[in-house]
Amino acid sequence: MTSNIDLVINFTYVIAAGLFIYGLKLLGHPSSARKGNLVSAVAMLIAIVVTLLDNNIINFQWIAIAMLAGSVVGFFAARLIAMTDMPEMVSLLNGVGGLASVFVAWATIQSGAGLTAFILVVTFLALLIGGVTFSGSIVAWAKLSERITGRAVTFSGQAVVNGIIVLAIIATGYAFVAQPDLALTSTEVLYIALGLSLLFGIMLVLPIGGADMPVVISLLNSYSGLAACAAGFALQNNILIVAGSLVGASGIILTNIMCKAMNRSLSNVLFSGFMAVHKTDMVIEGEVKPLSADDAFYVLEAAQSVVVIPGYGMAVAQAQHVMKELQLQLEENGCEVAYAIHPVAGRMPGHMNVLLAEADVSYEHLFEMDEINKRIENFDVAMVIGANDVVNPAAREMKGSPIYGMPVINADLAKNVFVLKRGMASGFAGIDNPLFFKPNTRMIFGDAKETLGTIVRQFND
Amino acid sequence: MEGIYLLFILLLSIFVGFELIQKVPATLHTPLMSGANAISGITVVGALALAGDETLGEYTMYLGAFAVFLATINVVGGYLVTDRMLAMFKKKK
Repeated sequence: MTSNIDLVINFTYVIAAGLFIYGLKLLGHPSSARKGNLVSAVAMLIAIVVTLLDNNIINFQWIAIAMLAGSVVGFFAARLIAMTDMPEMVSLLNGVGGLASVFVAWATIQSGAGLTAFILVVTFLALLIGGVTFSGSIVAWAKLSERITGRAVTFSGQAVVNGIIVLAIIATGYAFVAQPDLALTSTEVLYIALGLSLLFGIMLVLPIGGADMPVVISLLNSYSGLAACAAGFALQNNILIVAGSLVGASGIILTNIMCKAMNRSLSNVLFSGFMAVHKTDMVIEGEVKPLSADDAFYVLEAAQSVVVIPGYGMAVAQAQHVMKELQLQLEENGCEVAYAIHPVAGRMPGHMNVLLAEADVSYEHLFEMDEINKRIENFDVAMVIGANDVVNPAAREMKGSPIYGMPVINADLAKNVFVLKRGMASGFAGIDNPLFFKPNTRMIFGDAKETLGTIVRQFND
Repeated sequence: MEGIYLLFILLLSIFVGFELIQKVPATLHTPLMSGANAISGITVVGALALAGDETLGEYTMYLGAFAVFLATINVVGGYLVTDRMLAMFKKKK
């Protein structure tokens, strides 16, 4: 009779896999995305429920406690998190997913049942990827929430240290699979492997600066899926493999999109922290022309079309709501308002879109970089709010610049450019921005939220 | 053979994943990530079998139960936060 129940379970997994895929398909458009998420959640629910029918599961005490506690933590985390803290939330979820795979791998080894060489290899992989995902995500979270510095952390000999860790991991892996020949027990090897993978995760993310965070989060997202996938191999469980690889593929695609948007290769993003800072002797000519918010109002009042280019600074200043107010004022005034979103604006893929959605800006007002660049000359005003590197014309015109070749939003080609900025500090890439010195650029210094608030009040009067 | 058969599944689902995710517009990348996070909580299914099987020993059950706890956070937190985000994505009225 056991085989019958196994059949039911596995057949239900097939249905769940189908629903996961259908859910992801629905996620392809904003109008159906919410339904897609629901379909995916239903798939998860039936997969969990049918698993509980397994005849080998006898003791439900710990399961009930663990699921209840996990649900409570998950529920409150999802409810209480501020939308501006989304990158941190996603990082933490990545980390928790990785750690779950670590414990599945650990429990598999501990059970000691049916450990063939194949199972040992995949279990080791699950432990390794899970460990790297966990510690890497924690470092990424600490960087994003500014508990540690957001800048790249490097020290001399970092590459050598990393090399030694990789060699040690390979050696441990060998000992793990071929352990009967060695003096250490499998649990001892397991602890060492776990420690090494955690250390490696930290070393991997530490040298990566704040502006490259979208790449790192995508990559860790992918790892959390791959860890689940490896755990699926260890447990010979189809649904883990399917769902894990869907997540893995999604993370890899996002990583690739982010890298392309910065015109850098993945290895350049991961290891450029080790390289010497690029110095250019090129001099930017021109002068910075400040403008008061009151004067900006007169220009905006006369403008027929405005394009808004937000960056991480908008998230920091929480300026999205007041920007929406300004948008309404401008539209009432007969002005067209568009938002131009660079793929790596903010700290994670789609960060700006979520913030603007929170402020109730319709997604139909949001345009991708390529669409807006085609017609940027026609805009009377380009308002750059807390963005820097993604509008840096040096990427187009200064061959020696470290960001030369990166696709940017050509804000400088608009008739007038307003840059809302706290001060003259350079962006995360640490590069001067010639945009600030262009003849058609005016700098509006100060907190973006206050500046926009002043302009909105002028419109109201 | 079991391993080969599992590799087949892996190969096919990676291709399906690539095809599907490529069509997701940039606007939805953040909900896509948090939704993917929730899906990676599928580890809970594997963890359940380890947490409830008394024949595997008490220690395994504790480790498994902790994995259930973590993966449930992923599932519940991931789906809820994704839903919260997607509810905000609106067309103009």
